[in-house]
Amino acid sequence: MSVNQESTGLVGRSMPRVEDAALLTGRGRYIDDLPTRRDTAHLAILRSPHAHAEIRSINASKALALDGVHAVITGDDVASLTRSLTVGVKANVECWPMARERVRYVGEPVALVVAETRYLAEDALDLIEVDYGVLPVVMDPKAALQDEAPLLHPSLGSNCISERSFRYGDPEKAFSEARHRIAVEISYPRNSCTPIETYGVIAEYDPGEDAYDVTANFQGPFSIHAVVALALKVPGNRMRLRTPPDSGGSFGVKQGVFVYAILAAVAARISGRPVKWIEDRLEHLMASVSATNRVTRLEAAVEPDGRVTALSWDQIEDCGAHLRAPEPATLYRMHGNMTGAYAISNLAIRNRVVLTNKTPTGLNRGFGGPQIYYPLERLMHRIADELGLDRLEVIRRNLVPSGAFPYRTASGALLDSGDYVAAFEAALKDGGFDDLVERRKRAREAGKLYGIGLAAAVEPSVSNMGYITTVLTPQERAKAGPKNGAQAVATIGIDPLGAVTVKVASVPQGQGHRTVLAQVVADRLGLPFEAVRVNTELDTGRDAWSIASGNYSSRFAAAVAGTARLAADRIRERLAAIAASQLNVEAAQVEFAGGRIFDRNNPDNSVSFNRVAASSHWAPGTLPDGIGHTIRETVFWTPEQLEAPTPVDGINSSLCHGFIFDFCGIEIDPATGAVRIDKYVTMHDCGRILHSGMVEGQVRGAFAQAVGAALFEEYAYGEDGSFLSGTLADYLMPTVMETPEPVILHYESPSPFTPLGAKGVGEGNCMSTPVCIANAIADATGASDITLPLSPGRIADLIFGEEKPSSNPQARKPAKARPGERQLTGEGSATVAASREAVWKMLLDPATLEAIIPGAHGVEKVSATHFRADVTLGVGPVKGRYRAEIKLSDMVEPEAVTLSGSTQGALGFGSGVGRITLTDADGKTVVGYRYEAGIGGKVASVGGRLLDGAARVVIGQFFQALARHAGGGSGGGGILARLKALLGGRS
Amino acid sequence: MPQLTARNRHRVAFRLNGRQVEALAENRMLLSDLLRHELGATGTHVGCEHGVCGACTIQVDGAPARACLILAAQIDGADVRTVEALAPQPGRLSVLQAAFREKHGLQCGFCTPGILMTLDAFLTTRPDASEAEIREHLSGHLCRCTGYATIVAAALAAVEELRKEQKENA
Amino acid sequence: MKPPAFDFLRPDTQEEVLETLHRAGSDARIIAGGQSLVPMLNMRLARPGVLIDIMPLHALRAIREERGEVIVGAGVRQAEFEAWPQLAEKLPLLSQAIGWIGHVQTRARGTVCGSIAHADPSAELPLSLIALGGSVRLASRRRRRTVPAAEFFLGMMSTAIAEGEMIEAVAFPVAGRGTGHAFREIGRRHGDFAIVACAAVSDGQTTRLAVAGVDDHPRRFDLPQEDGGALDDALNDIAWSLNARDDLHASARYRRELVRRLGRETVMEARSCRS
Ligand SMILES: Cc1cc2nc3c(=O)[nH]c(=O)nc-3n(C[C@H](O)[C@H](O)[C@H](O)COP(=O)(O)OP(=O)(O)OC[C@H]3O[C@@H](n4cnc5c(N)ncnc54)[C@H](O)[C@@H]3O)c2cc1C
Ligand code: FES
Ligand code: FES
Repeated sequence: MSVNQESTGLVGRSMPRVEDAALLTGRGRYIDDLPTRRDTAHLAILRSPHAHAEIRSINASKALALDGVHAVITGDDVASLTRSLTVGVKANVECWPMARERVRYVGEPVALVVAETRYLAEDALDLIEVDYGVLPVVMDPKAALQDEAPLLHPSLGSNCISERSFRYGDPEKAFSEARHRIAVEISYPRNSCTPIETYGVIAEYDPGEDAYDVTANFQGPFSIHAVVALALKVPGNRMRLRTPPDSGGSFGVKQGVFVYAILAAVAARISGRPVKWIEDRLEHLMASVSATNRVTRLEAAVEPDGRVTALSWDQIEDCGAHLRAPEPATLYRMHGNMTGAYAISNLAIRNRVVLTNKTPTGLNRGFGGPQIYYPLERLMHRIADELGLDRLEVIRRNLVPSGAFPYRTASGALLDSGDYVAAFEAALKDGGFDDLVERRKRAREAGKLYGIGLAAAVEPSVSNMGYITTVLTPQERAKAGPKNGAQAVATIGIDPLGAVTVKVASVPQGQGHRTVLAQVVADRLGLPFEAVRVNTELDTGRDAWSIASGNYSSRFAAAVAGTARLAADRIRERLAAIAASQLNVEAAQVEFAGGRIFDRNNPDNSVSFNRVAASSHWAPGTLPDGIGHTIRETVFWTPEQLEAPTPVDGINSSLCHGFIFDFCGIEIDPATGAVRIDKYVTMHDCGRILHSGMVEGQVRGAFAQAVGAALFEEYAYGEDGSFLSGTLADYLMPTVMETPEPVILHYESPSPFTPLGAKGVGEGNCMSTPVCIANAIADATGASDITLPLSPGRIADLIFGEEKPSSNPQARKPAKARPGERQLTGEGSATVAASREAVWKMLLDPATLEAIIPGAHGVEKVSATHFRADVTLGVGPVKGRYRAEIKLSDMVEPEAVTLSGSTQGALGFGSGVGRITLTDADGKTVVGYRYEAGIGGKVASVGGRLLDGAARVVIGQFFQALARHAGGGSGGGGILARLKALLGGRS
Repeated sequence: MPQLTARNRHRVAFRLNGRQVEALAENRMLLSDLLRHELGATGTHVGCEHGVCGACTIQVDGAPARACLILAAQIDGADVRTVEALAPQPGRLSVLQAAFREKHGLQCGFCTPGILMTLDAFLTTRPDASEAEIREHLSGHLCRCTGYATIVAAALAAVEELRKEQKENA
Repeated sequence: MKPPAFDFLRPDTQEEVLETLHRAGSDARIIAGGQSLVPMLNMRLARPGVLIDIMPLHALRAIREERGEVIVGAGVRQAEFEAWPQLAEKLPLLSQAIGWIGHVQTRARGTVCGSIAHADPSAELPLSLIALGGSVRLASRRRRRTVPAAEFFLGMMSTAIAEGEMIEAVAFPVAGRGTGHAFREIGRRHGDFAIVACAAVSDGQTTRLAVAGVDDHPRRFDLPQEDGGALDDALNDIAWSLNARDDLHASARYRRELVRRLGRETVMEARSCRS
């Protein structure tokens, strides 16, 4: 790896980080570690178990009666003190931070409890009674567009909240003239780079000043501060937002904490005390932001040699139940580079944003990248295969040619610098591509399944704050006024002893910003590394910041570090002038090094840095004219290249564009479908490298998350809208065992547009790696449709042939339910030692129902065929109390009856229909039953693996109780033993 | 027979980082909360509260264990060590900690204390640990930042250093 | 995610435990290593009125060999069992299987008997107990009884433990001369619960194959010494008989496929490694 070094050589070196000593000794200060006022109360949130339902009533009286509970707050209470959230598109829709009247996704906040402790607050949650009227759900983004789809927001009149079409060049002509048209259709799943630390907020309200003070592990962009202040109906200067010194990772995700900043602020106001909320893991998985899932059809017009002359995108973006700021940014972040690393001048794009009964989406590492590179690079792979061309050759022929930089893409991005072809060739050579081909050959000869995948990508960084306005029509934009730029800010302060402090608004979550900034500034001022201290906490009430502040779009190295360098330049210039007057030389002759300022031609003629630096404090009158002072220098920097969208929708969506080319070799175990990444090579051109250790760390970290996205991770939903990935045993992040070590290569093309020549590097592998792995699987299996995540079961479907049937024709048919479906069905029979009439009477008798319904505490007869009961249901240690409604219908005395029931409780809800038939068998009765039941809510989210079996045990309990009540039961043993004895076989 | 009632706070006494400590806690309080919020030892982190992420890993009687899966009522009389005990003295780092700094074995540092406690327990008993064994021990921890390679490198560097020290002392 | 409130009993004698179990009935729960129970408490899936901590009872913390069986007391942690010096010799199957349970950090707390009591359908210890034909020793205030493994596991987290009873110990038969053992498992990630796990014990006449992760409790099958196509057919019938179901992590079909393929590997290995 080649590294440019500045004179004193700190920049570019892999210095030990200044952050680490505290973090390694348990002295980090994360949000949950911060001291709070003694009267701080704790917030817990009641969340919807339903994906779509009306809220008919909320009864909090029992919760409020609990000792230590200060307040129970509903959506209407919050609404009375706030304003609906600003939505990024023009649409007739309200967007509240918690549910009012209706819930639209599992996990949507329904009520807030403020109590003495979190434990107590959760006790209170259990006591709140909510009456829901369940509504039909729509989970699939394509289905959401159908006319008959249930509507999430009736005021919108449709589930499509935004639609725009774009054309650049002449795509129609290119397609009509093309020799080949090749297309892919991709459904990209939902996942999230979920950090190990969850969200946290501490909020206070000062009624005297009508001002909020909120500390949250928010990561930016601080444009969201405006959204929060507007929602809370206070001017920005009465909404003080602070971040803790340390944050346990974010990867975009902690942008979404802003909703809870609003809720906690209101809770503090209503309860009259500071309020603290730490999100738990279940809440995080089901209700924090994730990346969008997207359905894409991408078609290419292709020449016989594989050259692509036009692309046509049709994207359906699923943003979940509400379009929350800054969405639909995921869809538009890549708008300038929808042609990837390729020179394709004709481009058509149709973008639709739909709302479904899923959690609202937001920032996530790779933001919008995986969703476009997956189709694009699958398409390049398919083009080669369909035309019988070499896959490398197809990529090579389409890459933006060497010498074409800066290169303007069809949709308006200005690819700042690079030599994609050279980096591509270097990757093949230095990464050992030919050896890999040889390895594949040998593996295949040995009967193994082995594939090679490729992926090329452009990694954008430093977002143009105006790109999101591309979602508006040119007329709407003209009316709203132009939005553009990306203000970065850095402040350098010098204290009376001449010590240097740097302050930035970059809000790091582990990226080592303090170390890099110390390197940059120490280099510039000729100071030892330790002499510069850096502060990265942000306080909107005190610090310099702007809407682009924060840690996202890989903007730190390119924009923030560069701005710190500009601030250091300015201070240096003035210090040089002061020193020059003291040393009696020209300022141009002054040099900084080793903590001293001296005459380049006569280093002995020198003065200490601190002395010169402190003089603005102690002797301002002695400074040369026109210098002002050197006490504090704040620089705001925004790149001129980031212009607002043009009238024809051209948009330079990002300032910098790194280049990535990846290839990998993957072996599949033919017996189990398990995937082993044999080799992974990733080439990055991220401009100038400021700290090689951190660059490698960013690449490895993103790579590991991408391996997760490719093979393990999905926020899975059932067809009924249940959220199924509620624990870390269901949402599977790779461990050290599943994460191979990639070979990392670099090709450095400094960006001409950033002060230090650096570009972003933090997100690239999240964009390139999932598709690179998918392409390798396609190569290994010969399959053309590859869907993520590639679990061994999915791979098995690709490699195992027809399943061997059972030799026993009686064997049960394979269960029809699809993975994730929560519909349970079953049938069986029990023989009861009683006549049909006796059994029939029992079924209709409320008194016996009490005995029959497992765990019933009291059956109330509403009508002859309608009963209500409190029941305790459970398996093993899992127990919950439910309200049950039971109805009898389709009665054919004494032969058959349909029993339908629904239950609702803290663990979730269930509903089922069972048809019971009674057949006479020598004075005894054979009770046949067949049921269909659905289960959702918390139990579905956290008990996924165990749920089906557990539910069957519970349902079995009913029939077992029925049999026992009729005198057919045998004592002792567990439920199923008894059931089995009764049924004479397995149900 | 001491049956401790729900909703009351009861006395628990145990050793924490070599010192006897006492606290009042409900039976149901998790050891992770007891350490962090009652005793102020916030170096132990919480990432999932169901035993999977490993962030809360501490040592109980010398073995690594999840603090989120231990009830306050269960800890009476135990010997507990947390990340706060690792540094030999303020301003200095242990061999293991220093190796993490040297090899960039951490980014956000949220997973780090748990990982250090697992490795510390393991390397104390097994200074000859192999890379495969180290990976096996690390598999009980999720790190979302580093991609693990530098964590493994740090652990191996610490093994190397400990071995050297051992030889010098011998 | 915080547990609901409960009473907590720190007993001095086993009699106190049994007395409390008797008195509180299904409202009482034993807590051993807590590695399954505490997650359920945290998620409030479990709401016991009283928890009884059996770990202070030293009498329950022994591993001993007795009349051809290894008896593991209810207080023995999985890590202690794993470190038992005679494990590989006496219980070669367990010495292969135990490292697949969770992680070092969970095995340091979780007990052997707790895993048996919890009866997770994917768990390695119930599978091993079934494969070896071991038994479970139960105690209540009135009586003690021994239940063979084959009758103990009844379903998802459902066992033959009756109200008022606790597991005192489990008994694993010591490996006989000339028997072979094999264990195989496929999970999504290292340390995850098994999608399918197979254990096989072969004595030269028959090979017993036990399968976890598919049906709602571990199941066992005796296979004659057949080979080739006949073995494949037998495994195919086993695969179809297990009521495989789809879930988030694997399809029913995939599970059946693993029973056939992993089952074959396990059987062949057990046969070939007879000592
Ligand atoms: C991250 C993680 C991963 C895991 N992975 C696996 C895995 O791969 N395979 C696996 O098998 N397990 C796994 N486990 C579970 C672990 O093995 C548990 O230790 C075990 O299932 C229960 O043992 P315990 O001593 O912790 O029991 P506890 O959690 O204390 O109790 C579990 C249940 O058993 C009952 N119980 C316990 N002891 C007795 C007794 N003597 N008499 C009657 N009832 C009793 C309790 O009342 C409770 O209902 C994992 C756990 C975690 C946290
Ligand atoms: S917090 Fe304890 S393991 Fe995750
Ligand atoms: S360093 Fe951030 S989770 Fe490991």
